[in-house]
Amino acid sequence: MTAHDEPEELEAQFAQWRRYVLRRRELQSVDADELEDHLRGSVDELVAAGLSPDEAFLVAVKRMGSLDELSREFAREHSERLWKQLVLTGDSGAPAAGARSRRDLWVMLGAAAGAVASVKVPALFGLTFDDDGSFYTRNFTLFVLPWLAAFLAWRRRARPAVIVALVALFVLGAVAANVYPLAGDSQSFVVTSVHLPIALWLVVGLAYVADDWRSSRRRMDFIRFTGEWFIYFVLMALGGGVLAAFLFNTFAAIGIVPEAFVSQWLLPCGAAAAVVVAGWLVEAKQSVVENIAPVLTRLFTPLFTAALLAFLVAVVWTSHGIDVEREALILFDLLLVVVLGLLLYSLSARDPLAPPGAFDKLQLALVVSALAIDVLVLVEITGRITDNYGGTPNRAAALGENVILLVNLAWSAWLLLSFLRRRTPFAALERWQTGYLPVYAAWAWIVVLVFPPLFSYA
Amino acid sequence: MKVAKDLVAASATPMVLGILAEGESYGYAILRRINELSGGELDWTEGLLYPLLHRLERLAYVEASWQSVAGERKRKYYRITDRGLAELAEQRRQWDTVVGALKEIWHDRTPLTVRPLEGLA
Repeated sequence: MTAHDEPEELEAQFAQWRRYVLRRRELQSVDADELEDHLRGSVDELVAAGLSPDEAFLVAVKRMGSLDELSREFAREHSERLWKQLVLTGDSGAPAAGARSRRDLWVMLGAAAGAVASVKVPALFGLTFDDDGSFYTRNFTLFVLPWLAAFLAWRRRARPAVIVALVALFVLGAVAANVYPLAGDSQSFVVTSVHLPIALWLVVGLAYVADDWRSSRRRMDFIRFTGEWFIYFVLMALGGGVLAAFLFNTFAAIGIVPEAFVSQWLLPCGAAAAVVVAGWLVEAKQSVVENIAPVLTRLFTPLFTAALLAFLVAVVWTSHGIDVEREALILFDLLLVVVLGLLLYSLSARDPLAPPGAFDKLQLALVVSALAIDVLVLVEITGRITDNYGGTPNRAAALGENVILLVNLAWSAWLLLSFLRRRTPFAALERWQTGYLPVYAAWAWIVVLVFPPLFSYA
Repeated sequence: MKVAKDLVAASATPMVLGILAEGESYGYAILRRINELSGGELDWTEGLLYPLLHRLERLAYVEASWQSVAGERKRKYYRITDRGLAELAEQRRQWDTVVGALKEIWHDRTPLTVRPLEGLA
């Protein structure tokens, strides 16, 4: 080693030491700065006393003692750091990141204001909630989700081609919702109102993965985003409910009944803004709150497995056929959606390299029992196919969803089994799920665009 | 001889405030100064000093500022505040009382010549 290398090598050692320090949550970057200065002081002194820089570094680090002990002492003074804190405009210690997250905050506020305005603009043309509820049922997501997509596309610096695709898809959604002559009480209207939000949410997903839409990891991030967004949204809805209740009752107590304000302004505008704010919270605060969706999944997977197994046992025991009269198929679709959700959100939080464990077996049991129930339901339906089961948009949509979910879960079960037998890596399951997302999108668009004319707007 | 941990901890605040009362300083220099003052008998760790400095900063007894020294290197300097000086005065009165009482007890007595632990050996 020449004398020329020494400072560089020493710098590399400092950099490595810094990385070790920063891995501790108790120690922040300003602490690392301060401790590094300390270490450098110590090294300088040892070098002046005649040690080589290498030796001096080793001795100085040794003198500082173990990082465990150091971070324990820091934790005693800075216990708040162990609680992740909500900092609205980023870490004050990192000016560049701070400016970026302040910009995020302003853009988010702009998007939320845009969403609120979009919801209220039709009222200027006489389309209020009271007069035409069906207009809002069809269009609410069209007023709100483009703003969330815009915020995400802005954050991802989406390419012009992606932006054009996003705009085109939202326009397509607007056409589907408003051009077909759907009566407010028709089945096609209900089917469109249910499927359009799904289709548009996946358009939001396109904005989310705008920077790298082919990447399986990015798509998985979108699944995580969806779960956390939903939880933030529900929490905000609860808070909004409390606010509305207080507002209503306190004003009612002084003889003013703000019913119109609450139902025409507070609830729709609050919901529209909450959609964007929830998206921003998930984006900006990825680590503020522990991801909740996977925690809920852990809690409920065993309970759902037990419930499904109990149901299967009961079906076999009583040999009572499953009643698929009327719209019971939708119930079983929802069951499959819940099972898929449980599967997705435990995938999303799993270390892909961890070996198969008991929880994976439990999941296989869950998926297999859901499949068994669904097959029983489908058998019932095929038995009655003669009575023209697919004759209405509702039934056709429900049947199509059932098939899509069945295929997904059946292959997932197979991949889970191979993973448990250590035949395939866990990543195969993840790739399967993320690769399946376009299927949902395609189906939702088919239902929205093709079904109404196909069933002559029934 | 090693000073017991409790005693080190109890005397840490007045010592740091006292050193900062002499003028602004930074972590490494404070540690060196303590070493020097105690003739090397007081062995403070970084885990004691820095959290303590941060606590004093939180209580507004000291204020800190980052200054750059020697190019890229940043150093955090601490300066005592008026509140800190008041706290130092208060702690000093308490310590004077303790030290005075101990001196009274040990008044006139020659220092112990037998080291107690050696008697057990």
